[in-house]
Amino acid sequence: MLLSKIIRTGLVTEPLNSDSARFIEVVRGTGAEIRRHLGRALAIREVDAGSCNGCEIEISGLTGPVYDSERFGIHFVASPRHADMLLVTGPVTRNMEVPLLKTYEATPAPKLVVAVGDCAKHCGVFKGSYAVVGSVADVIPVDVFVTGCPPEPAEILQGILAAVGRLP
Amino acid sequence: MKYLLEVAQTVFALALAPLVVGFVRWLKARLQNRRGAPPWQPYFELVKLFGKEMVVSKEASWLFRCAPYIVFVSTLAVTFLVPFLFAPLPFDGVGDLLAVVYLLLLGTFFLALAGLDPGTAFGGMGSSREMTVAAIAEPTIALAIFSLALGAGSTNLGRIVTQTLGNPAAAISPGHVLAFAALFIVALAETGRLPVDNPATHLELTMIHEAMILEYSGRYLALIEWSASLKLLIFLSLLANLFVPWGVATDFTPVALAVAVIALLLKLVLLGFFIAVLETRVAKLRLFRVPELLGVSFVLALLAVTSSFLLR
Amino acid sequence: MKTLFLAMVIAYGLGAFAALVGGRKSFGRWLVALGAVLGAGAGLALGATVIATGIPFALSIPELLPLGGGLALRLDALGAFFLVVIGVVAIPAALYGAGYTAAYKDGRASLPLLGAMFNLFLLTMSLVTLADNVLTFLLMWEGMSLTSYFLVMTESGEERVRNAGLWYIGMTHAGLVMLLAAFLLFTGGAGSGAFADLRASAASLTPGARDAVFVLAFLGFGSKAGIVPLHVWLPRAHPAAPSHVSALMSGVMIKMGVYGLLRVALDLLGGGPAWWGGLVLGVGVVSALLGVLYALMEHDLKRLLAYHSVENIGIILIGIGAGLMFHRYGLMSLAALGFIGGLYHTLNHATFKGLLFLGAGSVLHATHTRNMEEMGGLIKRMPWTALFFLIGAAAISALPPLNGFVSEWLVFQSLLGGVNIPVPEVVVLMPVAVGLLALTSGLTAACFVKAFGITFLALPRSPEAAHAHESPFSMRLGMGLLAVACVGLGVAPFAVVPVLGRILTGLGGLPDTRAEFTLNVSLQTPSAFGQISPALMALGLLLLLGLVPSVLWLLRLNRQRRLSDSWGCGRVGQTARMEYTATAFAEPLKRVFAEIYRPMKELTVDFHPESKYFVQSIDYRSEITPWFDRALYRPFLQSATFVAQQVRRLQAGSLHLYLLYIAVALTLLLIVARWL
Repeated sequence: MLLSKIIRTGLVTEPLNSDSARFIEVVRGTGAEIRRHLGRALAIREVDAGSCNGCEIEISGLTGPVYDSERFGIHFVASPRHADMLLVTGPVTRNMEVPLLKTYEATPAPKLVVAVGDCAKHCGVFKGSYAVVGSVADVIPVDVFVTGCPPEPAEILQGILAAVGRLP
Repeated sequence: MKYLLEVAQTVFALALAPLVVGFVRWLKARLQNRRGAPPWQPYFELVKLFGKEMVVSKEASWLFRCAPYIVFVSTLAVTFLVPFLFAPLPFDGVGDLLAVVYLLLLGTFFLALAGLDPGTAFGGMGSSREMTVAAIAEPTIALAIFSLALGAGSTNLGRIVTQTLGNPAAAISPGHVLAFAALFIVALAETGRLPVDNPATHLELTMIHEAMILEYSGRYLALIEWSASLKLLIFLSLLANLFVPWGVATDFTPVALAVAVIALLLKLVLLGFFIAVLETRVAKLRLFRVPELLGVSFVLALLAVTSSFLLR
Repeated sequence: MKTLFLAMVIAYGLGAFAALVGGRKSFGRWLVALGAVLGAGAGLALGATVIATGIPFALSIPELLPLGGGLALRLDALGAFFLVVIGVVAIPAALYGAGYTAAYKDGRASLPLLGAMFNLFLLTMSLVTLADNVLTFLLMWEGMSLTSYFLVMTESGEERVRNAGLWYIGMTHAGLVMLLAAFLLFTGGAGSGAFADLRASAASLTPGARDAVFVLAFLGFGSKAGIVPLHVWLPRAHPAAPSHVSALMSGVMIKMGVYGLLRVALDLLGGGPAWWGGLVLGVGVVSALLGVLYALMEHDLKRLLAYHSVENIGIILIGIGAGLMFHRYGLMSLAALGFIGGLYHTLNHATFKGLLFLGAGSVLHATHTRNMEEMGGLIKRMPWTALFFLIGAAAISALPPLNGFVSEWLVFQSLLGGVNIPVPEVVVLMPVAVGLLALTSGLTAACFVKAFGITFLALPRSPEAAHAHESPFSMRLGMGLLAVACVGLGVAPFAVVPVLGRILTGLGGLPDTRAEFTLNVSLQTPSAFGQISPALMALGLLLLLGLVPSVLWLLRLNRQRRLSDSWGCGRVGQTARMEYTATAFAEPLKRVFAEIYRPMKELTVDFHPESKYFVQSIDYRSEITPWFDRALYRPFLQSATFVAQQVRRLQAGSLHLYLLYIAVALTLLLIVARWL
C-alpha cells in the first residue's frame, strides 16, 4: 500500500529559481579552488547557536522531497569532523559562544560558514539582550548571510549554493 | 596472467563499490518522491574527502591513525578471495569462507578499538554496539558456511561456485534458500543497513557504525567509507554469486568476462533494488530487538544445515 | 639426550638452590631466572630431539621408590610436545620474572620461597610429561600441584589470596582423588603400574571398567584443565598468583590436564565408544561458551584472562572430542585433523595466553591495580606493553594472520568434517557445536576490544594510570619473545602441522597422515575440503598495507594533520569521567544473555529531605554470581560443613575417649580381617 502511494505521487521536487539576490549577502567570495573542491559534494553540519528554532524548521524542509537539497550533492552530517560547511542559526547566546567556536575548530579545512536568518546577521529581535553575544560574524568568520525571519528553504538553499559558487 | 586478471578484478570491485552505495541511495530518494543525488555521487564525496585536512584528537594514539588503513587493507584483501567475476580464483587456495569472515572481523576489531581511542562516550557506545552485533551474527555466518560447504564439498569459494554451476538443482534446494535468507539478514547487520542500523542517521543514540567514526575526517574518513561500501559489495556479491552463480566466468575468454560483468551488475541492481525497498518499508529496530532478529537468522541457518544434510 | 635430561634437572635444581641462598638480592633473582631458563631450554631441546628423531628417551631408577615400580621416565612424541610447550612459555616467563619479582623486595612475599618453588614447579611439571608409570605420574602430578599452591600463596598477606589458595588446593586434591580411582581401576587389570603394561592390558578390561576409567580420568584431568563446572578454582587462583606464575599456570599447567586426557584416553585405552568423544566435545562447547560469557562481565583484568583460559580449554576439548569421535568411526584422517587442531590450539593458547598474562602483569606492576575501570591511556605511557598486549589480544580473537586463527580454523574444519559420521543423530548435533564455537569466537573478539580498549586507550581514569611507567627490559623481553612466537606460529603453520601429525602417528592406532594436511605453504584438510595459506595472507596484507599509503602519496593526496580536542558536541573540557567504562561496554551483551547471567541489580535513590523532586544521590549496584557458585558449590560446601560439624561432636577432646576409639577400631579391623 505504501509502495502504491509512492508510485502514484511521483516526483515532487521543485526546480530551484535564482531570484533571491536580495536575501543573500555574500561576505567573502569563495575562490575557484574551494568551488572545485566542495562544489560537487558538500557535507553540512547545522549549528543552533541559540535560535528560536524557526530557521531550523525551514532548514529541515531542505532534505524533504519538495526542496531536495541532496540533488545538488548536499547532505547533512552529525559530526563537524565530517563537515565542509557550518550552517549557523540564531543570535549567538553566551552559552553557545564557546561551543560554536569549538565546532568551527573541529571542522577540517577547507571550510565555509553560512549564517541563516536575521538573528545570525544582526541578532534580529534579540538585539541588545543580556544573553546574547553578537552576530555570528563576531564569533567565527562567515562567508554568506541569508537574511529573513525565517528565510524560506529555497532561499537558504540558494545561500548554500552561493557559498560554493554553484548558483544555477 | 591469471594473477593480473585477479588484480584487475580487485580494482574493478574497488571502483564499483561506491556506485553500489550510490545506487541504493538514489533508489531510496526516488522512493521518497524526490530526485536525489545521481548514483555516482559517492565518488565525488570520496574525492572531496581525500582532499580535506585530517583533524586528529589530542587524546588519540597511533592506533587511531593506523586503524583506517588496517580496515581498508583487510577489506581489500577479502576482494582477492571473493568470486566477483570468475571462479575458480587463482588465489582460491589462500583463503576460504572462514578466512573471509575472520578477515572482515579483523577490520571490525580495529575499527571498534579506534572508536574507543579518542575517549568520547559516543565512540565507546558505537564500539560496544558494533561488537555486540558482530558477535551475535557470527554463529549464523558459520552455519551458512556449513550449509554451503556441505552442498559443495568445500569451504573454498571458487569450488562452491563451480560445484553449484555444475549442479543447478542444488540452487533451489531448501537448504540453499534458507541459507540465502539467513545470510541476507546477516549481511544487513554486518554492513549497517536498516533494520539493524540506519546509515543516514544524525542521531548519535541510534548509531552503531557511524558512532565509531565520528572523530574521523579527511583521508581517514574516505578510507573508512570506502571500506564500508566495499564490504557491502562483498556481501552482496557473495549472496549473488554463491547462491545464483550463473554468469560467473569459468574460463578467461573476453566474452565470458564481459558476460560476468553484466551478470554481476544485473544481480547487484536486483539486490540493491530489494534493499532500497526494504529500507523504505521497515523502521530501524531498537538495539535490543536486534538479537531477536539475528536469532531468527540463526534458526534459519540451522534449518538450512539440517535440511541440506538430510536431503543429501 | 641423557645429557639434556640431566642438564634440565640440574639447572632447575641449581635455580631452586640459588633462590634459597640468595633470593633477595638482585643477582639472586637473575640466578633463579637463569636456572629456569636453562632448565626449560634443556627440556625444550630434549623434547625437540625426541620429536625430530622419533627415538623416545627412557630412564628408569627402580631403586628410588621400589614399592610402586620405581621411578620410570620415558619421553615419547606426545610427552615431548608438551615438554616443548612448557619450554616455550617458561623461558619468557622466567626472564620476565627476573624483573617482575623485584617488586617483592619490600617483604610482602618471600623471594627465596618464590624462586625455589618456581624452579621446582617447572621441574615437576616437566617430569609429569616424562612419567612412564602410575607412581611417577601421580607423584610428579602432586608435586606440581603443591609447588603451584605455594606459588599461588606468594602474597599470602591478602585475604583474597588465602581464599584462592584454599579453593585451589581443595579442587586439585579432589581431582587427584579421581585420578587415583581411575588409575587404581586401570591397574587392577594390569598388575603393574607401568604405562606399557596398562596399554597392553587395556583391551582385556570390561567395557564398564573402561568407561569408568575414562570418566574418572576425564573428571580428574578436567578439573586440572578447568572444564565447567570444575573450573571454579581458576578465576580465583590465577589472579592471585604473581603474573609470570599465572602465565605458566594458565599457559602450561592446565595443558597438563589435556596431556593426561590424551595419554589415558587415546594412548593407554586406545580410544573408545563414540560417547566418549561426544562427552568431551559437549563439555568443551559448554566450557567455551560459559568461559567467554563470564569473561565478558569481568573488569578485573587477570580474572578476565583466567575465564578465557576456561574458554580456550573448551576449544581444545572440542578438537579432541571430535578427534575421539572420528577415531571410533574409523575416519582416521579426520581424527588426526581433530587432534591436530586441539594440539595446535594448546601450543597457541600457551603462547598468547602467556603473553596476555605477562602484559597484565606489566600493567599491574605499573599501576598497582588490576581493575580495568581505573586504567586507561596506557598506550602512550607503556607503548611496548600495549603493542605486545595488542598482538596477544588479536591472536586470541582468532584474527588472521596470527596463530589463533589457524588453530580455530583447524577445529572448525574438523567439526565440518563431522558430516562424514555414519550416525545421523550424532551428525545433527555438529551444526550446533559449529554455531556455538563461532559465537564464542565472536564474543572473544568483543571481550578483547573491551580489555585492550579500556585498559590502554583513551584517557587515564586514575592518578596511578596517569603516572604509569614502561616495564623494565627483562619484562619487555619476555613479552616480546612470546609475541614473536604468536606471529611465527600464525604465519608458518605448514611447518608445525606435519610435526603434529608425526606426533600423533601410532597413538591409538592413528596412521601417518602428515602428507594430507599441507601443500607447499598452505594448509588443507582431507579431500581438500578447505584450504588456507596464512603465510600468503600475511604477505598480501603487508604488501597492501605498504601499497595503499604509497599510492596515496604518489597521487599527491597529502593533506596536513591538525591536532584538536576530541569532538564532544562543543563541551568545554574532557575528563576521564566522560569515556566509556568496561561495565558499560559489556552492558548490551549482559542484557542479551541476561537469562544465563541472572544479574543482581540494586538501585537506591536518595531524595532531598525537602522535596522528592530533587535527587541527592543515586546508588547502582550490579553483581553477577556465576551460576555454579550459587547452585552447585554453595549447597555442596554448606552440606559438607554441616556434616563436618556433626562429626566434630566425636572430637570431645578427652584422651580417654580417643583411646577408646582406637581400641574399638582395632577390634573391628581384626574381626573383619578374620572374616575375609
